[in-house]
Amino acid sequence: MIVETAGLTKRYGENTVLSGLDLKVAEGSVLALLGPNGAGKTTTIRILSTLTRPDEGSARIAGFDVVRSPAAVRGVISLTGQYAAVDEEQTGRENLLMIARLRRFRRSAARVRTSELLERFQLPDVADRRVRTYSGGLRRRLDLAMSLVARPRLLFLDEPTTGLDPVSRTTMWDAVGDLVREGVTIFLTTQYLEEADRLADRIVVLDNGNVVADGTADALKNSVGGARLDLTFPSCEDAARAHVLVGGVTDGPTVSVPSDGSATHLHRVLDDLLTAGVRPDRVSTHRPTLDDVFTTLTGAAA
Amino acid sequence: MTVTLTLVGRSVRLSRRNLDLVIMSIVLPVMMMALFVYVFGGAVTAVESYVNYVVPGILVLCTGYGASSTAMAVADDMGRGVVDRFRSMPISAFAVLTGHVTASVARNAVATSAVVFAALLMGFRPPASPVAWVLAMGLLLIYVLALSWLTAGFGVVARSVESASMFGFFMLFLPYLSSAFVPVSTMPPWLRVVSEHQPVTPVIETVRALLTGSPVTSGWLAPAWSGGLLVVAFPLAVWLFRRISQR
Repeated sequence: MIVETAGLTKRYGENTVLSGLDLKVAEGSVLALLGPNGAGKTTTIRILSTLTRPDEGSARIAGFDVVRSPAAVRGVISLTGQYAAVDEEQTGRENLLMIARLRRFRRSAARVRTSELLERFQLPDVADRRVRTYSGGLRRRLDLAMSLVARPRLLFLDEPTTGLDPVSRTTMWDAVGDLVREGVTIFLTTQYLEEADRLADRIVVLDNGNVVADGTADALKNSVGGARLDLTFPSCEDAARAHVLVGGVTDGPTVSVPSDGSATHLHRVLDDLLTAGVRPDRVSTHRPTLDDVFTTLTGAAA
Repeated sequence: MTVTLTLVGRSVRLSRRNLDLVIMSIVLPVMMMALFVYVFGGAVTAVESYVNYVVPGILVLCTGYGASSTAMAVADDMGRGVVDRFRSMPISAFAVLTGHVTASVARNAVATSAVVFAALLMGFRPPASPVAWVLAMGLLLIYVLALSWLTAGFGVVARSVESASMFGFFMLFLPYLSSAFVPVSTMPPWLRVVSEHQPVTPVIETVRALLTGSPVTSGWLAPAWSGGLLVVAFPLAVWLFRRISQR
């Protein structure tokens, strides 16, 4: 386990931000911490990356205690925070060189590593421009590149795509995918279900400092119930008649019926309707999305 | 060592690229000197050569103001997440403060040279020996170091760059309540008490005595003030910086 926490608790005055978080993350996996604003996502990352001390409980990164051996922990991790931690008045290249030198690369090795990372994140064209002139997407890419200078075993990404346009978001996702293939463990927080669904092996849903769900995207979806059939009719009257025949709930011309998602069930419902002479215009099966999971578990509008 | 040098290089580069800062720390003192020499200087008859009298005061004002810009540089870093990145790396992150303080000293060295050069053009003819110059500059160096560390600590706790800039205004006005521009003897008695005993006065008096070749009457008071401030300010800044990790 590269991350192991036990009873992690953090309070700010009266406000309990984390209450007894227990978490284990296997090396080489991707964990997404999902939750609404104020759920404790950033606080968790800040504690695990040695920026904040917990009030109670303990956390180990690669076997090192975050409070007792912060220096050892820092040698294993890299942090890409919520706000791009780049120097606006330095160029992209200068930012990378600076980090490489701080990571104790020799001058020539620092230059080589910088060029590699500029290439990898498609930044060579803007490398010698000041970061002030970069778009949000470029800035994020540089930020991520800076986190990878020393090839971390564990990378924290705090809301890596918040505020990015769709193209930049996809680029970030691809970059994260490459890292996973290289064996880097990723610990990310997000408010976007799509992001968690796409990147993570495992999703932990956090609400008010508590874990309210933990599992793969599929397991979470199943936990809020099975699939449902949406049958749309030409008129509300037809829908009302169908409702009497197959049950479920009506919403205007649409009737939603709980289903196990199987073809047999679909066939039986349609048979019942056609026998009674009620013909739906459209049928769709609907698997629960992470949105449904989120809404059900946190009671928040996702 | 590489870490500290890298962060010094960073701070120097950042301050060189901050045009406002360069202008404010050089042009402002030169303009103030011109103002005092040419506008008010004629009316001040209490001293023999006003330009010789006022230049040490301007130097102390300019270094005090210049050093306090460290607060803004530090506050800017604290607010941006850059410090979080440094703190999550296996380096002693307070070297970022050392970087800013060193850059502040370098900036002040440039500004002081510019002010001395401009002063010479305006008729400043100090009869000081080279040894006296070295001593005067040495005292200013300690003064700048002490104030830079003090303001670095202020920058750590300031909530924003704007509030961090308050320190600069304070340092800009403090020398007015001293012997910087007019002899203290011309002030009302109650103000004289304040002016004679505030920390900037002995620094100004000592630099002036050294540069004009008159005896240093305040003795070790100025180095003691500045050195004492440095001894307190450095650990204070480091402690404040470390303390944020417990929040």
